[in-house]
Amino acid sequence: MSKRDLLTEVWRRPAGIRALTEVNNVYVGRYFIATAFTFFIFAGILALLIRLQLAVPDNDLLDPVAYNQIFTMHGTAMMFLVAVPIMEGFAVYLLPQMLGARDLPFPRLSAFGYWCYVLGGILLFSSFLFGAAPLDGWFMYPPLSLSQFSPGVNADFWLLGITFVEISALTAAVEIIVGVMKTRAPHMRLQDMPIFGWYMLVTALMIIFAFPPLLVGDAMLEGERAFGFPFFDAARGGDPVMWQHLFWIFGHPEVYIIFLPAAGIVSTILPVMVGRPLVAHNLFILSAVSTGFISFGLWVHHMFTVGIPHLSLNFFSAASMAVAIPSGIQVFGWIATLWGTRPKMTTPLLFILGFLFIFSFGGLTGVMVASVPFDWQVHDTQFVVAHFHYVLVGGMIFPVFAALYYWMPLHSGRMMSERVGKWVFWLKFIGFNLTFGPLHFAGLLGMPRRVYLHPEELGLGPINFVSTIGAFMMGVAALLFIIDLIRHHRHGPIAGSNPWNAGSLEWAGTTPMAPSGSTSLPPVQCRYPLWEDRSLNDRVQAGEFYMAIPATGGRETMRTGSISGEPEQVIVLPGPTWIPLAAAISVAFMIVGGLLYEGWMILVGGVVTLSLLVRWSWSTDYRHPEEIVNVGMNTRLPTYGSAPDSHAWWGLATALLADLAAYGGLLFCYFYMWTVAPEWPPEGIEATGERLPVAIAAAILILGSVIVQGSVIALRRGHAWIAKLAMPLAALAGLAWIGLELGVALDAWPEPQAHNYPTMAWAVLAYNMLHVLVAVLMALVVTLRLWLGLVTPERSIMIDNTALFWHTTLAFALVGVGVVHFYPLMLQGG
Amino acid sequence: WGLLRARGDEKLAGKTMIYLFGIGLPLVTLTALIYFSVDLTTRSRSGDTVAATIEVVGKRWWWEVRYPGAAPDGSDIITANEIRIPAGQPVEIYLSTTDVIHSFWVPAIAGKLDMIPGRLNRMVIQADEPGEYRGQCAEFCGEQHALMAFMLVAQPPEEYAAWLEAQARPAPEPEDPFLARGRDAFLDAGCGTCHRVRGTTADGVLGPDLTHVGSRLTIGAGTLPNGIGPLAGWIADSQSIKPRNLMPNFNNFDGETLRAIAAWLESLE
Repeated sequence: MSKRDLLTEVWRRPAGIRALTEVNNVYVGRYFIATAFTFFIFAGILALLIRLQLAVPDNDLLDPVAYNQIFTMHGTAMMFLVAVPIMEGFAVYLLPQMLGARDLPFPRLSAFGYWCYVLGGILLFSSFLFGAAPLDGWFMYPPLSLSQFSPGVNADFWLLGITFVEISALTAAVEIIVGVMKTRAPHMRLQDMPIFGWYMLVTALMIIFAFPPLLVGDAMLEGERAFGFPFFDAARGGDPVMWQHLFWIFGHPEVYIIFLPAAGIVSTILPVMVGRPLVAHNLFILSAVSTGFISFGLWVHHMFTVGIPHLSLNFFSAASMAVAIPSGIQVFGWIATLWGTRPKMTTPLLFILGFLFIFSFGGLTGVMVASVPFDWQVHDTQFVVAHFHYVLVGGMIFPVFAALYYWMPLHSGRMMSERVGKWVFWLKFIGFNLTFGPLHFAGLLGMPRRVYLHPEELGLGPINFVSTIGAFMMGVAALLFIIDLIRHHRHGPIAGSNPWNAGSLEWAGTTPMAPSGSTSLPPVQCRYPLWEDRSLNDRVQAGEFYMAIPATGGRETMRTGSISGEPEQVIVLPGPTWIPLAAAISVAFMIVGGLLYEGWMILVGGVVTLSLLVRWSWSTDYRHPEEIVNVGMNTRLPTYGSAPDSHAWWGLATALLADLAAYGGLLFCYFYMWTVAPEWPPEGIEATGERLPVAIAAAILILGSVIVQGSVIALRRGHAWIAKLAMPLAALAGLAWIGLELGVALDAWPEPQAHNYPTMAWAVLAYNMLHVLVAVLMALVVTLRLWLGLVTPERSIMIDNTALFWHTTLAFALVGVGVVHFYPLMLQGG
Repeated sequence: WGLLRARGDEKLAGKTMIYLFGIGLPLVTLTALIYFSVDLTTRSRSGDTVAATIEVVGKRWWWEVRYPGAAPDGSDIITANEIRIPAGQPVEIYLSTTDVIHSFWVPAIAGKLDMIPGRLNRMVIQADEPGEYRGQCAEFCGEQHALMAFMLVAQPPEEYAAWLEAQARPAPEPEDPFLARGRDAFLDAGCGTCHRVRGTTADGVLGPDLTHVGSRLTIGAGTLPNGIGPLAGWIADSQSIKPRNLMPNFNNFDGETLRAIAAWLESLE
């Protein structure tokens, strides 16, 4: 067997039904893109139905219930099932090879994320089959979404399905962050990373901080719907506006989570089309990072009409306008890159030019709606509909089409038709402007959003009719694209290697891309390696560089320094496995149980999921028999790394950041209620609970953390027996804390449903109890592995990560206990 | 910049373009915009001296309108789906809801403000010219969000005062047997469970107060023009006119009775 054959062999996708076990990014990334594109078509059909209903005044094609289901699902699907996943798909598919790696650091996690996504999406769309599609809008404002006004499972479909899909966004974000930081090409310094990597890094960090608060909100809303916990019910002390804060703390960054990857795509393709590097590369990075930060500070501009004090309105108004500056830098950066060149008008370039035009226009109306008095007028009207379609379709769909045309050869090895592509572009471009341009005027004339009809006497007929014609032009464009997509697989011209003459590494090698990525991993010290060294492509394919032969005999990728890109370790990657699919199915089983209010399904699904996760974690800490291997180019690397160098440690640390964001969202709600409610805690409700047992419990939990840290140190010094005996004690300490806290809380607030105050206290405590429970479980798994000799001084990732989780849990719990049991006292005392 | 390009320094020219147009231009224009925007925000919606105080309560899918203490005996005047205000004077409106979130909006008069459970929002509006202005719920509130409209009628102050005085009176006794038949049928059918007609035994509070329904421009929260025909149609088949609204169809009256009820309601001016 030749070198190359071995590489091909280990990365080969299993045949038949076992193809479902594949975890490699080259497949999973394409599944993501294809699935998201399919949902895009579904959601587009819903959009056409919306436009049909509104085409003429007083239309009775759809009744209000059907219409509300359709617009809710159109928005939900486009945001959660199309925009975010398709960008994750491009990242999963392209980033590893673009960065010169073989795969992402946690292939099974990507696969699990994908299966969560596809099952969640199917679950959500299946609601149509039962006539129970969500109908409260994609924003799900309570009290409309509470069971009093939305009985039936419609809203539950949304809450559970979206929660499922959000898990997938978070797993992809962890993947991307650790991938960008730890598995770049050998010697690729952070500043030499391709611009797409930067954009995806910022996007992934934003997902890590933006999605968890919505997960918390979903849990609260479902908790109120299913169990009557009054988070949002004003009659029992809750506040429906709290949901709006949670939703938009997620919802506004979401817009940039969609836009930034698209900007990354544009910044990647445009230089290739004009044949020169991006002008002001560093300003682009700066813009991406500052957009990321600013986007978390302007969520209230979705709530200008709520009746918030003018001072905060003005603050958020100014913050909203500030985001125009990084956007301005990028737009003029692209124009400057184009300036003075005479590029060939290829389809990807046309879509990029279309993007520039439409997105800039949407940005201008964005500045308008950032102005408070203007927003008071156009808020919740068709003007806003027009505005955000300019930003999102212009800022996301157009770049996605550019990307599909541009990167298609990597998938199929063939080029799509330029002739059809131009038709697709012009139909889409003209159709888009016809659809949404006139809606600005409809809004200014007073046509609200989310209305299933407009009365004849308002005179909105002609505007809406034109808009509907435009929508169908876009539909035809999509249809043409699909036809060409299918056709080109057989009849498209063969692309060969690097058909666009690009500079980045995903084109190093031939098309279609091999499952392993490039044959060997070249050292990289510039931003456009294929432009810098014209012979690089051939040398990569000849296997001249790193890792042309699988050194460990299996799938592997290289871990490199976070900043410097120095080779550090060969990461032995897991191959095909059923675990991700099985785990996603068992979670889906749980969720369907939740929908049907079948306790046994939740229980069975929960137990199966938990055991699969334990099984999964059991195999994460792989240690290859050969400790040091030769990776080519006279380099020998270890096959194992321990914390905090290991990618596993980075993975957990990133996940804990998301955890922190979720906890932050929960605490935000807790303090929010203190701020808005006039008297808190209200008369006649226990404020703090017994404090002595709580203090004792906290001391015990601290002791648990000390024990875990002691075990880590003991093990490092070779005293494994201490760790073996001590770790169970830590688990015991965790259980004792849960027991004591439960006792106090049950005593103080036996009926949390009675009022928002006890409900909030319970929510904070429950969050911590869940964490301590997981920490206990981890301690037990480590204990078992210690006794089996699978955790040793040389092989310590498992105990190191357990310690990291324990200390984080302790910090969370101390804050939580302080907030629930002691903070009210401070206020009363002062 | 032409100069820069002439010097052949393309990269510098590109960067200059970004600094000038990407940073400089928005910085200048946005600063100016923020100034005017903040100024306008501060000036609108406030005002201490007002000519009238009105409470508007959002309901699925109609509007209850109250004039607190406006009746001669100091009690509230209650009406629905039509707000009358004196023209040319500032009027304060308190906004609340008894069910889901709604948003109060009269596009031709002022921006919108939400009605949120557990909160009371206040806005001050002023119609400079007498006239009829259409208002509309702007926050999605369920099945009939689309047909949750109302009329804002601005009148010269003296006409407004006369209207208030008329609204304070209970419903008149029917003038003829036909109208009396309509009233009796209305009461017998149990319409009073949801609707109130002051001066009769109908004292429901779930639906709009109908004491002076005949004086309103529209019925069904801006869905139909007022009149005997539309009223009869609404009573018999409101579920086709405004599907899913909370009033069931009353289609078991004979034609004559239905007309009598509609005529009686129309007479309640």
